[in-house]
Amino acid sequence: MNQMVRKWLILTILAIAVIIPLVVTNKYYMNILIMSGIWSIVALSLNLILGYTGQVNLAHGAFFGIGAYASALMMLKLNMNFWLVLPLAAAIAGFFGFLIGLPALRTRGSYFAIGTLCFNIIVTLIVDRWEGLTEGARGLMGIPGPSPIPLPWGAEITFKTMAAQYYLVLCFLLLTIFVLRRIIQSLVGRTFRAIRGNEELAEAVGIQPMRTKILSFTVSCFFAGIGGVLYASYIGFLSPEITDYHVSFDSLIYVMIGGVGTIVGPIIGTLLIVTIPETLHIAAEFRLLLYGLILIVMIIYLPRGIVGWLKSLKERKRKQEVSWEQS
Amino acid sequence: MGAILTIQGLTRFFGGLAAVMDLSFQVQSGEILSLIGPNGAGKTTVFNLITGTLLPTQGKVLLKDHEITGLRPYKTTALGVARTFQTTSLFYDETVIDNLIVSYRCRTRMGFWDALIHTSRSRKDERRCRQKAEETLEFIGLMERASELARNIPQESQKRLALGLALVTEPKLLLLDEPMGGLAEEENIGMMAIIQKVRASGITVLLIEHKMKIVMNISDRIIVLNYGQKIAEGLPQEVGRNSAVIEAYLGAGYGEN
Repeated sequence: MNQMVRKWLILTILAIAVIIPLVVTNKYYMNILIMSGIWSIVALSLNLILGYTGQVNLAHGAFFGIGAYASALMMLKLNMNFWLVLPLAAAIAGFFGFLIGLPALRTRGSYFAIGTLCFNIIVTLIVDRWEGLTEGARGLMGIPGPSPIPLPWGAEITFKTMAAQYYLVLCFLLLTIFVLRRIIQSLVGRTFRAIRGNEELAEAVGIQPMRTKILSFTVSCFFAGIGGVLYASYIGFLSPEITDYHVSFDSLIYVMIGGVGTIVGPIIGTLLIVTIPETLHIAAEFRLLLYGLILIVMIIYLPRGIVGWLKSLKERKRKQEVSWEQS
Repeated sequence: MGAILTIQGLTRFFGGLAAVMDLSFQVQSGEILSLIGPNGAGKTTVFNLITGTLLPTQGKVLLKDHEITGLRPYKTTALGVARTFQTTSLFYDETVIDNLIVSYRCRTRMGFWDALIHTSRSRKDERRCRQKAEETLEFIGLMERASELARNIPQESQKRLALGLALVTEPKLLLLDEPMGGLAEEENIGMMAIIQKVRASGITVLLIEHKMKIVMNISDRIIVLNYGQKIAEGLPQEVGRNSAVIEAYLGAGYGEN
């Protein structure tokens, strides 16, 4: 029964997600939805290392930025095709994750958080100062959108309309969910959670901590890179700010509010935080203030985020039923 | 039979303090050997040195004829040395069965790509893990608590589960650090029965325990440590009469009047 409800709920949400562009024609709202999709991918990827493996990575903006810049440079300077650039740029972001993970993941807890934050600042500085490659503060302009996909009989799928961009992002969001779910539910994902639960015990039962953490981190950065590529080709412009730690903290907030260590949590968190301030027309300066407030309230009252809170409600109900049956 | 574990001249300093000093002993295959001694005698440090949690300042650890000195814990576990911790260590946010499933991971070979593509190897490994976890649950008598969170089960069950986590890794040698610490009198008997069952299944046991009645009952041999040094070794009744041991536990001059 429960399984059935779940299945129908997922199908309904999926159907709504597919129908939305047919109903919503307002460009402003479509833009918010596309951005929510991109940030959801970033938040989901952060959740793999943060929520499932228990390592507070504060450099996710850097890996997002590396993916974005790598793709923009390959398309602008080497004239490469978007569909070739996408996996390559994501792999570059993943590779940087691997390299940074090697030293950084040897540290634990707050040391890892501070180490990754420093790395993020370094990346932003390099992007800002290496003008010969990145154009520095002027930014990269005129990044092409996704190349059309040719179909048989001369037809092709283009990505010129908002709706097409939306479907593109939706596809990659679903792909991200699919892949992360596969990993999380496998034995490999169990070892991630073991590291989060108790690293010393995990090693005592034969799990190799470094290898496990580096795998999680690399995959996490790979998908952050995919988010970056989609962002670059959608917006068409990149400046160093898009690599900086604000992006890291934003994605951290999406995950924290939605629910650490859950699959739907980061998506819910992103949707709420991206759409609510936009629809309420709250000025950008106040948005940060609002984030801070929400975060404090969340950490005090809902430390496991919205989804974690719903789960604990369900758990409590189940327990009550059990004690009823017993009495 | 022969020795499964050989310790040679093992020494570990913490600053200027010798926690373990020139310690040598052998664990015979198939026996239950107890390591006893007053608090701070270095018993847990010996476990940490065997499993590679700590590096020795000097000395060697041999598993059969194979030197394992200073190997990382995950490697010694893979080679067949499992341990439990003095403070009951579990994956508290996971269910009892999930605790055991992940602990069998070290005996499976599927990797990231297997998980992604859902290969037959990944399906086979997941099935093996579940099967092994269920066998172990049966063995430690926690079948009816399989789907409860580890943090929600009673302390005695947690102690059994901690032992189960070590057992599920398929060890040849099991190091138990106070498996009965904090248990009530009648609970001790259940735990003792499990330890005897472990030995009967062919696993050698090295045991740290404070409860002397149990130690005297269950051990084939006993080694007594004091200030990081071995002060006695032998059969339970021999060690119980040893004057150095009595002095270490009760103070000098106790036996005289």
